[in-house]
Amino acid sequence: MGRYLIRRLIQAIPVLLGATFLIYLLTFAMPGADPIQLLAGEKKADPLVAAMLREKYHLDDPFLLQYWNYITGVFQGDFGETLSGRKVLDMITEAFPYTMNLAIVAFVIEAIVGVVAGIMAALRRGKFIDQLVLISTLLVISIPVFVTGFVLQLTLGVKLKNEWGIDFFSPSFNEADGFRAYLLPAFVLASTSLAYVARLTRTSLMETMRADYVRTATAKGLPRRRVVVNHGLRNAMIPIVTFLGADLGGLMGGAVITERIFNIHGVGGLLAKSVYLKEGAVVVGGVTLLVLVYLIANLIVDLLYAVLDPRIRYA
Amino acid sequence: MTDTQIAGAPSAGAVVSKGGRKKKKDREASLWSDAIDDLRRNPVFLIGAFLVLCLLVISAVPQWFTDGSPFDSTACVLQDSLKTPSAEHWFGYDIQGCDVYTRTVWAARNSVIVGIVTTTLVTVIGGALGLLAGWTGGIVDSILSRFTEIFFAIPLLLGGMLIMSALPGNAWTVSLVLAILGWPQIFRIMRSSVLQNKNNDYVVAARALGAGTLRITLRHILPNAIAPVIVVGAISLGVYISAEAALSYLGIGVQPPEISWGLMVSDASVRWLQAPHVLLFPAVALSITVLAFIMVGDAVRDALDPKLR
Repeated sequence: MGRYLIRRLIQAIPVLLGATFLIYLLTFAMPGADPIQLLAGEKKADPLVAAMLREKYHLDDPFLLQYWNYITGVFQGDFGETLSGRKVLDMITEAFPYTMNLAIVAFVIEAIVGVVAGIMAALRRGKFIDQLVLISTLLVISIPVFVTGFVLQLTLGVKLKNEWGIDFFSPSFNEADGFRAYLLPAFVLASTSLAYVARLTRTSLMETMRADYVRTATAKGLPRRRVVVNHGLRNAMIPIVTFLGADLGGLMGGAVITERIFNIHGVGGLLAKSVYLKEGAVVVGGVTLLVLVYLIANLIVDLLYAVLDPRIRYA
Repeated sequence: MTDTQIAGAPSAGAVVSKGGRKKKKDREASLWSDAIDDLRRNPVFLIGAFLVLCLLVISAVPQWFTDGSPFDSTACVLQDSLKTPSAEHWFGYDIQGCDVYTRTVWAARNSVIVGIVTTTLVTVIGGALGLLAGWTGGIVDSILSRFTEIFFAIPLLLGGMLIMSALPGNAWTVSLVLAILGWPQIFRIMRSSVLQNKNNDYVVAARALGAGTLRITLRHILPNAIAPVIVVGAISLGVYISAEAALSYLGIGVQPPEISWGLMVSDASVRWLQAPHVLLFPAVALSITVLAFIMVGDAVRDALDPKLR
């Protein structure tokens, strides 16, 4: 187990380096507007100031050297500065909690609602509830997140309050509301993945419920609940857990749109703004963080396999 | 069974179907003719295919469905700004006083281009590399697999924003960017189905008969491994259309004066609470399009994968 963990951590290093390198390459080596000129706005940048900034931020160094300097800095906790002199790490740590909370609430909604809907559909195959789950998930997958976002913002955020007098969901994110403020945006963020989880659970559980050991368990006279949960569901969980793990990173990356609709100042919005402003240091720093979350989530998933299925052992 | 298949001269047109899959039914039917039989009777497929067909016609000749082009200098009258739907103008007017119906119809083309071009690119790149990795194995496989892990770790929307910020925004560049970020998915599927098939008896037999690597790959491995790739390709076509809309919504996909549903939603979102119709019509068109492609993909999957029945 310990050795497996260490091996996995070592395997994660090339992925992390590769992803940051790719992002760094895309940010700094792509043709496009000169960041110093963007900083100066409409008028021509003062050549002396420009030269000073280029010197300070090593913009004239060879690309590989720039990357090397950057990545060694990151491993020492130095994510660099923006061109206007703010510490990148400060900006990210300011925005990160919002996105993290949003992603966690979304993840919980996705896991609970998705799995429960999938179980109900699988156990009543072909019946009304199964058809309902299949059709509604198909619709949810088809409707893009930003459309779901606007529609729920209007119906739950505005109409519910104006016409029914229920002031529960706010159309715009308000930090003072605490946990409640995250509910609506998180549901929007989770919607597509939720549908995938429900469909995956349905297929996977239907397959395991046909297995011999489930028939044996039923024949032994075990209560239905025990057969479904301990014998069926536990064995059906592996593909679901795999999807959920890979999706946590996706939720944080996908938050760009949700954060924009509900006006949340999280990592997604910060990254979108920085891409536009060519603030490469912020972009690379933020994406590095998202890649880290993705890798850690996948590692946890791999370790969970052994808990779900004791036949899987790690040497 | 495998022997006769390999020794027998392949009849024209049956190349794809002569794979060594075990047939559940006794009658002479290949996986593919079985699947086509199935699809013909599946209402989900028929509805989806009908919608897709309508969409293809609309995007090929939008002028048949509207009175004028949205690119005419007289297409928009500011006086009509945000007028609600009426008998003459079914979808009403947007902020600039343009007819929402005309714009919605003409925007279909960009979505269809993105969906088809991206899916083709992804299937060709991911399929070819997956075939290469699965068949050769060893160091090539390791390098390519590590490489795809890197792509999997980068969020689609953020990666798309990064690349798009340096490219001109139109349907072709968006397709290219989505393909660059999307190929690893097909790669994985292709690689694993090649690995599943490459030790089968018919491959060993073909090798024993003296077939070269290229021939084995193209005639025996590829036809048997391609079914799951087609299924995922069909379903992700809808997903790519949705991704294009998301990028355009964020302002870095298709750029004005081009029209895209994502762009229309983005423009309408400013006045969304006062004039919801401007946002809803392109949004519904987008959703129906994605739905149609996913329905077709779902039906094809059910037809090709007998295990799910």
